[in-house]
Amino acid sequence: MLTRRASGRYPLDMRLMFESLSKALFASALGLLSALPSQAQTTAVTGGTLLPVDGPAIEGGVMLVEGGKITAIGAADAVKVPAGAAVVDATGKVVMPGLVDTHSHIGGIGAADSSGPLQPGVRVYDSINVRSSGFRRALAGGLTSLNIMPGSGHLSSGQTVYVKLRYGDETPRTIDAIAYRFPDGSPMGGLKMANGTNSIRDEGKGGFPGTRGKSAFLVRSLYIQAQEYRAKIEAAVDEDGNPDESKLPDRNLHLETLLEVMDGKRIVHHHTHRHDDILTVLRLAEEFGFRVVLHHVSEGWRVADEIAAAKVPCSAILVDSPGGKLEALNLVMECGGILEKAGVRTAFHTDDWITDSRLFFRSAALAVRAGMTRQGALESLTLAGAEMMDLQDRVGSLTPGKDADFIILSGDPLSVYTRVEETWVEGEKVFDLSDPKDQLYAEGGYGAGEEISPYFCCYDHLMKKEAN
Amino acid sequence: MSSKITAALFGLLAAGPIAAAQVAVKAETIHTVSGPVIKDGVVVVTDGKIAAVGPAAEVSIPAGHEVLEAKVLVPGLVDVRATVGLTGIYNGDDQAHDQDMIESSAPIQPGLRAIDAYNPREELLEYVRSFGVTTIHTGHAPGPLVSGQTMIAKTRTTTLADAVVKPFFGVAATLSPKAQSGSGAPGTRGKTYAMLREALIGAEAYKATLDNFDGEGAPPARDLAKEALVAVLDGEAPLIVTANRAQDIASALRLQKEFSVKVWLDMAAEVYTLMDEVKAAGVPVLIHPTTYRATSETKNLSFTTAAKLADAGVPFAIQTGYEGYVPKVRVLVFEAAIAAAHGLGFERTLESITLSPAKLLGIADRVGSIEVGKDGDLALFDGDPFEYTTHCTGVVIEGQVASRAVR
Repeated sequence: MLTRRASGRYPLDMRLMFESLSKALFASALGLLSALPSQAQTTAVTGGTLLPVDGPAIEGGVMLVEGGKITAIGAADAVKVPAGAAVVDATGKVVMPGLVDTHSHIGGIGAADSSGPLQPGVRVYDSINVRSSGFRRALAGGLTSLNIMPGSGHLSSGQTVYVKLRYGDETPRTIDAIAYRFPDGSPMGGLKMANGTNSIRDEGKGGFPGTRGKSAFLVRSLYIQAQEYRAKIEAAVDEDGNPDESKLPDRNLHLETLLEVMDGKRIVHHHTHRHDDILTVLRLAEEFGFRVVLHHVSEGWRVADEIAAAKVPCSAILVDSPGGKLEALNLVMECGGILEKAGVRTAFHTDDWITDSRLFFRSAALAVRAGMTRQGALESLTLAGAEMMDLQDRVGSLTPGKDADFIILSGDPLSVYTRVEETWVEGEKVFDLSDPKDQLYAEGGYGAGEEISPYFCCYDHLMKKEAN
Repeated sequence: MSSKITAALFGLLAAGPIAAAQVAVKAETIHTVSGPVIKDGVVVVTDGKIAAVGPAAEVSIPAGHEVLEAKVLVPGLVDVRATVGLTGIYNGDDQAHDQDMIESSAPIQPGLRAIDAYNPREELLEYVRSFGVTTIHTGHAPGPLVSGQTMIAKTRTTTLADAVVKPFFGVAATLSPKAQSGSGAPGTRGKTYAMLREALIGAEAYKATLDNFDGEGAPPARDLAKEALVAVLDGEAPLIVTANRAQDIASALRLQKEFSVKVWLDMAAEVYTLMDEVKAAGVPVLIHPTTYRATSETKNLSFTTAAKLADAGVPFAIQTGYEGYVPKVRVLVFEAAIAAAHGLGFERTLESITLSPAKLLGIADRVGSIEVGKDGDLALFDGDPFEYTTHCTGVVIEGQVASRAVR
């Protein structure tokens, strides 16, 4: 089992583990690993309509998968199925990349608490229950990579974590089994930030802002502190200019995180709805030089040209109606199409539990109803989201060299009647609608649910009208 | 309905007549719901009522009728349970008060009338109408143990009098932990049920006092709350009980037995666990929005429940319900679509948002199907109404074009 996983499911994790092993152990493990490719089973997905997303549809195409990666894709006469390959007959089906959700709250998460409005050092990574049924539901919806975020009740509620849903027969034991990794081995993710009404609290209690002006002031102040913190680190040198640890400032996890943000390692995922709040984010991003993805963008359609000029991507939400809170009054289904037309790279997200992961296709399909192109819609669920998480070299399209994360659909991805029949992650089937256990998560029913709700901390006052 | 309530409302409803309008709709496919599908058909609406339905070759359009065209024509949709009109788009606090569906000052307030809070110009009404909804059963929301009354209205932007179909329809009650908040609220399920029994028993005593009054001396003092519960006891108004967990559904059925009142099950996420009992009780189910959030007491909801209700022969209809946050209102055709794709199928799904709710609400003589003599309420689509990428292209209410938006 371990060797099978090493070949396909945790290549990066395993590599990192190997790095920490003793030389002798490393050598023996490497021997094991290098023996695998020749034994590794090739999977051939044949007969279906392949939607690679980064290229035109291939009718009756063939996709080969080996060692958890896509190794070939093309027309049936161009890609030969090797002898001994395990064939997945997708005749009459549609095959496309696993969906990438840039904004999810599943896993019973909770990061920053109510002690203050800016807590970038807190990690959502340290809160996730991998046994949450939300993950199984996400697989049932065809999702394979997620950005799990803390809530929007803070100006910054902490670090997000990017996960790959490696849910086979065995549920992952800890978050480490599903977290993507930065090259340095640390859990990969962005930084959640928010502006507008969710992070504003009554009369500025507890250090939280009471107005938009104060919100931006608090954010700017902390980023400036981080710049000063960097200057102190850079000044920690001896007389010869060599690093001198004794002169380093005390570690500050919040400021360290903002340095990662300003260095471009960590992308800011910024909750923002109203058009003026969106422009505030663009202003702050320019002042401090951080990379940002605008999330929700209910009024993005009002400032689409400004967003396009700033070359900032958007991850939009599409909910069934406007309103529910003042800053979402002007939310329209046309937003995605308007952003696309303006040249803004546009994805959608579930914001699960705001929308259900099993209905992710619906967001893009309703956007098409309101003017988005089909191709734009398919990218908005896959490649565009991958780019917003720096994962475009690993996921988001059916491209040789990328992870074999794909889904098999019963028909047109944008039809309400279409079902996700299978979800595959790194070459392994992790969801099968014909399995009653998986069907329970796909459709619901007794035992499908769980008690855990996300911890959002600081905007209960906005939800007070919803009894409990 | 109690005579006093009827008398009080009659004056209200005696307001001016609805402006007559003459409209005809030509459609490639007409789903009449009550009869066979008509290809290349025409529906003629004269003076607010459907005057003719049939193939284009057989039905002539009278002069003076505006002619609309549609690929697919269905009856105006009927939302069997909503709060829109009392619930507004702003969700604001004191600066923009538009949330009148939950009154938390006391746990049992059946005297609260829906008509005194319904805003026929609410933006969300215009929104749901643009997706084909022409009739709504709306009112006080689930939450408090007895939150208030419900009403039936057309989704027209007009005066209350012109919009109202039934000013008092039912009384909304909640058997769930959601009833355990607000001033004086119960703290447990047992106490919740006990308080509801006490209220109904109190109403029985009040009814006896009214019935025993022989006209001599001072009449019994009026009690608005008890008057509404007497309407429930008399079977004139259903007690619409919101219950999701299996034990709460069982409690609702127990209540029906004890008081012999019309109980309707609202939401009913786990109703599939008690299908035989619900069927035997003859209780209709206003099934939860198909894509309602599967958390807390609705954690076990299923996209397939509507199909299971249909298979079991339990009377039901699909609702949009109440939302406290975002989306502030749900779109009926979207909720129906997910049920259609999970076993309910096209025909049964369409019926569950047209004729079935019309029958449950006692207004099938006016709405729910495309038949001569019924109200001219129609929804136009440019394809399968349930498909994500088709649009509602027009809405007609009593012969007036109520929406020309392409949604």
